[in-house]
Amino acid sequence: MDFNDTPEQAKFRKTCKEWLEKNAKHKDNASKEPSFANKDILEEAKLWQKKKYDAGWAMLHWPKEYGGIGASPIERIIWANEESKFDVPKGIFEIGLGMCGPVMMQYASEEQKERYLPPMAEGKEIWCQLFSEPSAGSDVAGLRSKAVQDGDKWIINGQKVWTSGAHFSDYGILVVRHDPDLEKHKGLTFFFVDMKSPGIEVKPIKQITGGSSFNEVYFTDVEIPDSQRLGEIGDGWKVAITTLMNERLAVGDADGVDVEDAFRWAKTQDSLGEPLLNNKAARSSIADWYCEKSGLKNTKLRTMSALSKGDTPGPEASITKIVSAGKLQDIGNFGIDSLDMAGMLKTDDPDIKKFQMAWLGAPGMRIAGGTDEILRNIIAERVLGLPQEPRADKGLAYKDIPSGNS
Amino acid sequence: MNLDFSDDQKFLQEEARKFLDKEQTLSRNRSVLENSNKVDKELWKKIVDLGWTGIRVPEDYGGLGLGHLELCVIAEELGRFLAPVPFSSSVYLFTEAIINYASDEIKKDLLPKLVSGEVVGTLAITESFQAPTSENIETLTENGTLNGKKIGVPDAEIATHTIVVCKTNNGISLQLVDLSSSGVTVQHQENIDESRGHFSIAFENVECELIGDDGSGWYLYESLINQAAVLFAYEQIGGSQASLDMAINYAKERYAFGRPIGSFQAIKHKLADMYVALTLAKSNCYYAAWALSTNASDLPSASATARVSATKAFQLCSKENIQTHGGNGFTWEYDCHMFYRRSKLLSLNIGSLSNWREKLVTSLEQSNIN
Repeated sequence: MDFNDTPEQAKFRKTCKEWLEKNAKHKDNASKEPSFANKDILEEAKLWQKKKYDAGWAMLHWPKEYGGIGASPIERIIWANEESKFDVPKGIFEIGLGMCGPVMMQYASEEQKERYLPPMAEGKEIWCQLFSEPSAGSDVAGLRSKAVQDGDKWIINGQKVWTSGAHFSDYGILVVRHDPDLEKHKGLTFFFVDMKSPGIEVKPIKQITGGSSFNEVYFTDVEIPDSQRLGEIGDGWKVAITTLMNERLAVGDADGVDVEDAFRWAKTQDSLGEPLLNNKAARSSIADWYCEKSGLKNTKLRTMSALSKGDTPGPEASITKIVSAGKLQDIGNFGIDSLDMAGMLKTDDPDIKKFQMAWLGAPGMRIAGGTDEILRNIIAERVLGLPQEPRADKGLAYKDIPSGNS
Repeated sequence: MNLDFSDDQKFLQEEARKFLDKEQTLSRNRSVLENSNKVDKELWKKIVDLGWTGIRVPEDYGGLGLGHLELCVIAEELGRFLAPVPFSSSVYLFTEAIINYASDEIKKDLLPKLVSGEVVGTLAITESFQAPTSENIETLTENGTLNGKKIGVPDAEIATHTIVVCKTNNGISLQLVDLSSSGVTVQHQENIDESRGHFSIAFENVECELIGDDGSGWYLYESLINQAAVLFAYEQIGGSQASLDMAINYAKERYAFGRPIGSFQAIKHKLADMYVALTLAKSNCYYAAWALSTNASDLPSASATARVSATKAFQLCSKENIQTHGGNGFTWEYDCHMFYRRSKLLSLNIGSLSNWREKLVTSLEQSNIN
């Protein structure tokens, strides 16, 4: 066991570091709140992405012809590790690059890849993912937006929801139902769509945090050329699964306050005349959060070790979001509670704001990219090998599946 | 980056697993538990013959001269099969204390015998129904003789020697006692996991020998358990994995309402939570194993982190394994209770969960995690 890079890895890390030192600022404690609605942050993110693209760092694991440098998985992690030490914009391109990119790479024509992948990597064109619908969340294959073929094009009608970044996206990947007479999973087809197409309307959704990072997207007689179909007609679910697998890797850790913030806060915050850190219950919670945080960090190190040796990592990484989103919620709550009655009040104090934002934002983290419950099902079925739950919609044509009032 | 065991270490682990499986170690555990045998001497002898008691003992003293990582993989397997042997007492605590603190003369005398099984050691600290502290130790050594009484000492009957944490004029000290000395009375005390016998030891004017500096005993004890905690944690994750495996198998085979109970989300989510707890604990154990094997400066926080998460994992996995088995899980006949018992024994030997949480936060204060 050791934590050393191999000589090649050390050399690569040095190259990353040197470039970052020249082109970015180190993180300080006054990190700003990310917000999709903020135009400045969008511009800043695009500038940073372009800078990275020009130097080959934007999508370093992609082949050269699409703007990458053909980096190995371990090099990709080394880069991410070094970049995370710098104060750079994040949160804008993750969905496009993490989910739409891989699908285009796998299913688009050569010509389309050459046209769309480089501007995606460069940050010139932003992509979003149009899967969930008002009546299809965890059961996303139950979606009902319709696609009807009309010669060499398709006509789309329906509604998507929870679409992060749709309001500033140029393109989106879309899964829709082409045949409601087939079984649920069999009647789906996958496309990519120009978000400026006539008939698309984007309406931001106000979240419990007060911010708006995602949207409702309405489709009214939207035309998509058949050439923008990804995979065969009826292969929509198979293509979507590729994307969802990538989503789980892309979502990962819940950002926000963590045990270090709780610890620092507890050292100075008063609790009935002494520092909160002297309180037994506070100490017990901090110990448990520290164990969770270290557990996730060390799990990542084990994954990296496997990649570093050229092995396939085990399923350990599947636990990340369940653990980190729950911890985020509890730590937010801990900070607010420590203020007693005044915890209700909004304030400019950046520490208190961070706890309040974590508490308000964590419920979203426990749902986005697979709810706590769906993730537990995935662990139980794919990792532990437990049988699937019998389904009430098995063997039924989509149109005959009970849907309640939704 | 290589947070993983070497191929040789993995091979050793694989061999240990095969051996303990072939020896029907779980059945042996049941037999010790049911017959109040306190220990399985036959299995212990076979383990000694395999050389496991000498893993960390330097070659000069007749051992294998290997590192802590080798001990970690063995510990995980002993935990998986609930081996009813005094390995933790004699190897993680007693042998390590001799290696770390004893004079060369004592090492020359005891280490080869610990390897050969002629000497078996344990550690005596608790005196009453509360956590021992440097303040409440009453057992006293004066002029080279020891007086007092210890309780809840694991494996004291098969043990030939013990290290006693006691008071002297200079504070707390560690004393080495040959348990065949006159004035020593060892008595069985029934406990929650009778597969590992626990005993009281009364000392009446017993001859003893100082280990380490006089007055530095509490510090030495704390350092010793900071190391041992990593090995106990490996036993705990071994037991957690076995409990989870049992629950998974049962959930696949047991039918209710016309379907395997493992297809119900109530069961799936329970088992997923066990997997999550175990994965966190296991990863923390890997890091702590590295810290132990390199004597890293953050060993105190690393070992407490492994200890807290492994204790939580084994407690969760063993109790929810019973729950998954329903009424069967509550019977003596099913093995579930043996894991439940062992999870409690391992979580209390070397100190409770709440005390290890406290140690963890204290070590974070000292190292200032921000």
